[in-house]
Amino acid sequence: MQGSTIDPPETTLDEVVPSSTELHEEIHTDLRVWGLLTFLISESLMFGGFFASYLVLRGESAAWPPEGTEVELLLPTLNTIVLVSSSFVIHLGDTAIKKDDVHGLRRWYIVTALMGAVFLAGQVYEYLTLGYGLTTNIFSNCFYLMTGFHGLHVFIGLLLILGVLWRSRRSGHYSISKHVGVEMAEIYWHFVDIIWIVLFTLLYILTIF
Amino acid sequence: MTQVEDFRDVTVTDGSHNSPPKAWKWYDYFTFNIDHKVIGIQYLVTAFVFYLIGGLMAVAIRVELTTPDSDLLDPNLYNAFMTNHGTIMIFLWIVPSAIGGFGNYLIPLMVGARDMAFPRLNAIAFWLNPPAGALLLLSFLFGGSQSGWTAYPPLSLVTANTAQTLWILAIVLVGTSSILGSVNFVITILKLKVPSLRWEQLPLFCWAILATSVLALLSTPVLAAGLVLLLFDINFGTSFFKPEAGGNVVLYQHLFWFYSHPAVYLMILPIFGIMSEVIPVHARKPIFGYKAIAYSSLTICVVGLFVWVHHMFTSGTPPWMRMFFTISTLIVAVPTGVKIFGWVATLWGGKIRFTSAMLFAIGLLSMFVVGGLDGITLGTAPFDLHVHDTYYVVGHFHYVLFGGSVFGIYSGIYHWFPKITGRMTNETLGRIHFALTFVGTHLTFLPMHHLGLQGMPRRVAMYDPQFTTINQLCTVGAFVLAASVIPFTINMIWSWLNGAKAGDNPWNALTLEWTTSSPPLIENWEVLPVVTHGPYDYGMNPQNAGVNNDQTIPVT
Amino acid sequence: MKQVPASLLTLLAGVMITLISFWVSQHHGLLPEQASAQAPLVDRFFNVMVTIATALFLIVQGAIVWFIIQFRQRAGDETDGVPIEGNFSLEILWTAIPAMIVIGLGIYSVDVYEQMGGLAPTHKHGLIAHQTAALVAAGDTAEPTIEPSPQYGIGAPAAESARAADLVVNVTGLQYAWLFNYPDSNVTTGELHVPLGKAVQLNLSAQDVIHSFWVPQFRLKQDALPGQATVLRFVATKIGTFPVVCAELCGGYHGSMRTQLIVHSPEDYDAWLAENQIAQSSDLQQKIAVTAEQSDAEMLAAYARAIDINAETLTQLHPNSL
Ligand code: HEA
Ligand code: HEA
Ligand code: CUA
Ligand SMILES: [Cu+2]
Repeated sequence: MQGSTIDPPETTLDEVVPSSTELHEEIHTDLRVWGLLTFLISESLMFGGFFASYLVLRGESAAWPPEGTEVELLLPTLNTIVLVSSSFVIHLGDTAIKKDDVHGLRRWYIVTALMGAVFLAGQVYEYLTLGYGLTTNIFSNCFYLMTGFHGLHVFIGLLLILGVLWRSRRSGHYSISKHVGVEMAEIYWHFVDIIWIVLFTLLYILTIF
Repeated sequence: MTQVEDFRDVTVTDGSHNSPPKAWKWYDYFTFNIDHKVIGIQYLVTAFVFYLIGGLMAVAIRVELTTPDSDLLDPNLYNAFMTNHGTIMIFLWIVPSAIGGFGNYLIPLMVGARDMAFPRLNAIAFWLNPPAGALLLLSFLFGGSQSGWTAYPPLSLVTANTAQTLWILAIVLVGTSSILGSVNFVITILKLKVPSLRWEQLPLFCWAILATSVLALLSTPVLAAGLVLLLFDINFGTSFFKPEAGGNVVLYQHLFWFYSHPAVYLMILPIFGIMSEVIPVHARKPIFGYKAIAYSSLTICVVGLFVWVHHMFTSGTPPWMRMFFTISTLIVAVPTGVKIFGWVATLWGGKIRFTSAMLFAIGLLSMFVVGGLDGITLGTAPFDLHVHDTYYVVGHFHYVLFGGSVFGIYSGIYHWFPKITGRMTNETLGRIHFALTFVGTHLTFLPMHHLGLQGMPRRVAMYDPQFTTINQLCTVGAFVLAASVIPFTINMIWSWLNGAKAGDNPWNALTLEWTTSSPPLIENWEVLPVVTHGPYDYGMNPQNAGVNNDQTIPVT
Repeated sequence: MKQVPASLLTLLAGVMITLISFWVSQHHGLLPEQASAQAPLVDRFFNVMVTIATALFLIVQGAIVWFIIQFRQRAGDETDGVPIEGNFSLEILWTAIPAMIVIGLGIYSVDVYEQMGGLAPTHKHGLIAHQTAALVAAGDTAEPTIEPSPQYGIGAPAAESARAADLVVNVTGLQYAWLFNYPDSNVTTGELHVPLGKAVQLNLSAQDVIHSFWVPQFRLKQDALPGQATVLRFVATKIGTFPVVCAELCGGYHGSMRTQLIVHSPEDYDAWLAENQIAQSSDLQQKIAVTAEQSDAEMLAAYARAIDINAETLTQLHPNSL
């Protein structure tokens, strides 16, 4: 669908015809993943901008977080464990489809989706119970903005996973040789996970010290 | 199909991947079309419309500045015009036309691909632009954003909040467009190149677009981050940039310039690419120092990421930063010089054809050097303390942006117009256009340097009466520039409808886009070309001189 | 036969370019008069850059003009040019020479910056833009509370900025006026008065948005930032009246945010100071009430009360704003 085939010009005609469909498939398989990776490098720099801002603001204030603003630790740690392990779970799904095991794929993707949902629910719960809001102080500004932005990404990742699950109902949609969508959802999920680890370090662990 | 026949005249009968129609109808250009050539034209035309709008604002600015008092425009409206002039020119004229327009039209043709890697994404990227422009224009209903194209807080937090919010949304849209476009370029160039095109035969325009895209990918998201913070400060009560609540105003400047300095290279690198294509063709010479020019694009891309503080020498940055960024800024002169000297040397020993495209290219060469040398003086902290935020800076950036980017875009348009439309432009009108633009640019922007050195700050609607005469000179120049678009517009419309038929390769150029028909087929080629010679092999094969670019003939 | 003229011509061209460049750099007349100790440093530096830039300009433009005339397509000639793809030594040459020039300029600009006092040691910066940071042409350690630590010491600090300032003025930028407070004598004015030949230190701050303090004849500029103190230090070298210009966009009337800097002889300065000390000890409240009736000053009244200034000052502030 994306673009069109490349006719390998050096090959003779009789070779081109039979192989062209395969070639088509293969090239585009690669490209979408490449495109996603390129995009994610770019996207990570947006978080980079947030992180840098956070560190600057933190470096300038006497107390971080300010008096009276307590950072919850237990729930976020549990949440972190959930999210980080979900990265392994989703990989199991990917491994499954590489063995042509659509059921395995579905099973593990459902588990991942649940874990993602648990994470988001935990986040919302945390927001509701924290006792300070977006505008309370400069720390809470950063806190809500960064976790919120990350949460949005988790949500998008969740939608991607649900999309994969939806499509996987049709038999033959994903197979050993055809599972770019699965891979892309996985890559995106790992990305969200890595960002979270940095975020967790900055917002939670660093505030202990 | 393997016959040495000129396939271009052969009607396509096999429906393998030519399921789309044979040729686009006029209304296809107004739809969500995924053909890279349609998208390229959409970018160019939309951007030009925005150029006229931004230019109209510039004319308003200049008219206001004919007298020292603020008499024509209310000062706030003046600021709104100034802000939107800068914003529109940068984000909706230069960036979309140079990268989006030429990049989309040419990259697949130059690398021998049938389309971009992700055509649908490509179309989405384009369609983010018109709404962005609409938001900017809409913002005038709310007073217009008034804090300059740099939107420094706290000013941007306290003036015309709704308009400023719309401005932010507009920039986020074009930023997204730029990121999506760049992903597409990177993948297309790296992955869709026809195998017979070796890396060292890749046209320099492709190298330039590659460098540009990498730069855009690395810097744009940081601007997005800064603008999101600004958006929250304006609308949701946060205080990232509000010092009274622990925020920091200079932080925004770092986030902004981390993008916006590279942004100036986003606006010039593709132009450098155009130069490297136009000059060899019309000078009938191989480009001088292919490798040096290709690498210098990449060097500019890397060094360009580490010079942003030169916009902030007076902003309360510590001395070590001022010194570090002085030196990194000056270093940019080296790779840029390599290019300039390479092009000048390309002229040596050529058989220079003074086509409109070449006139603009030579004009660029001459003008950009002035702006670049200005830039070097600005890059040194001790001197920049004097001229920062004055008309000296305004003079600098119009020389590089108008004398550089706009000249380059004109040059590119004249050069590829025959390919895009299948018709030649009118040379007489082209020359008039060039003469007016050349004179107008110097007249408008050269005197500005003097203004700045003498003490006129920028972004003012009222100024010290001692500067009146020079300002009036600039205003006259602005009218000459405004007049210059008239022959150009007439030329474009008339030639598109009635110009002489161009044929496939009117310039006898050697890059791949000239191997297909003009305008190219919907999927660019019947059979993908096999590259048999380098992109700039002019004069290499004496008996071939003047003969058509024939690399599609598969040799057996 | 052919060799000699070519090299002679090159030599001649080189000499001409050098001469013209030097001439231009001394006679461009682009800069306003010099009125601070820093100004001659900046100007000399600028003139060096003008020399280099003129030379480069002439070389590049000269080459362009020469080539396009010499190598224009002659009528009827449809052939291509000579296929030269590059020349390694030439390319090295034009990479190396600009590299040397810019490195030289870089070193020179650090040197000038240091002479201007910009590199004088200042106390530690944790992070970029730390609240105390930012010394411009006058990096200063005069304030007794500041611990000097030669963190940025590229060379020793200029002798003159190492000693304490003779006069400290607190400068506040607000939309659209400058307020100058002399803490030692408790005088507040809308114009800056300074004595000739004395080291003056301005402590800049801003009330509302960013402003930028610029005196073109001093070649000095420093932003006044909300929430971040900045410093500017200079020695005035010419008696006279000079414009103080706000250089950073600060709103609609940014263009009218101007006032004056008056450099007095030391005696005149003392007289001015004495006069103002007396004037300002009279009843403030009453005068502010009077001012409130003047529409010009209305906008500023709120600020005036906040910063504790008197009526003279208010009327001096921008008659033409609003
Ligand atoms: C197309 C856009 C473009 C380009 C290409 C450039 C190119 C350069 N710019 Fe410019 N610049 C802008 C657009 C651009 N700029 C804009 C829009 C602003 C204002 C933003 C705002 O505040 O609104 C700005 C502002 C700006 C500033 C901030 C001024 C201030 O606000 O105080 C500085 C300071 O360092 C600067 C420096 C440079 C330098 C060193 C280059 C170099 O890349 C130039 C290199 C080129 C040459 C040097 C000429 C050719 C080389 C030779 C002939 C070789 C020999 C040369 C030497 C040995 C010196 N620019
Ligand atoms: C590529 C970018 C670009 C281009 C091409 C231009 C083009 C022009 N610019 Fe601009 N300019 C900027 C980028 C650009 N500018 C930026 C970034 C700023 C900084 C903004 C800021 O400080 O935030 C700036 C600021 C700026 C200022 C300083 C304002 C201030 O500081 O107060 C001035 C003042 O003279 C000016 C003038 C002009 C003029 C006369 C032109 C001329 O070349 C324009 C010529 C006019 C036309 C080509 C229009 C002609 C068309 C018609 C007359 C018909 C129109 C018809 C229809 C709409 C149907 N510009
Ligand atoms: Cu204050 Cu501009
Ligand atoms: Cu820059």
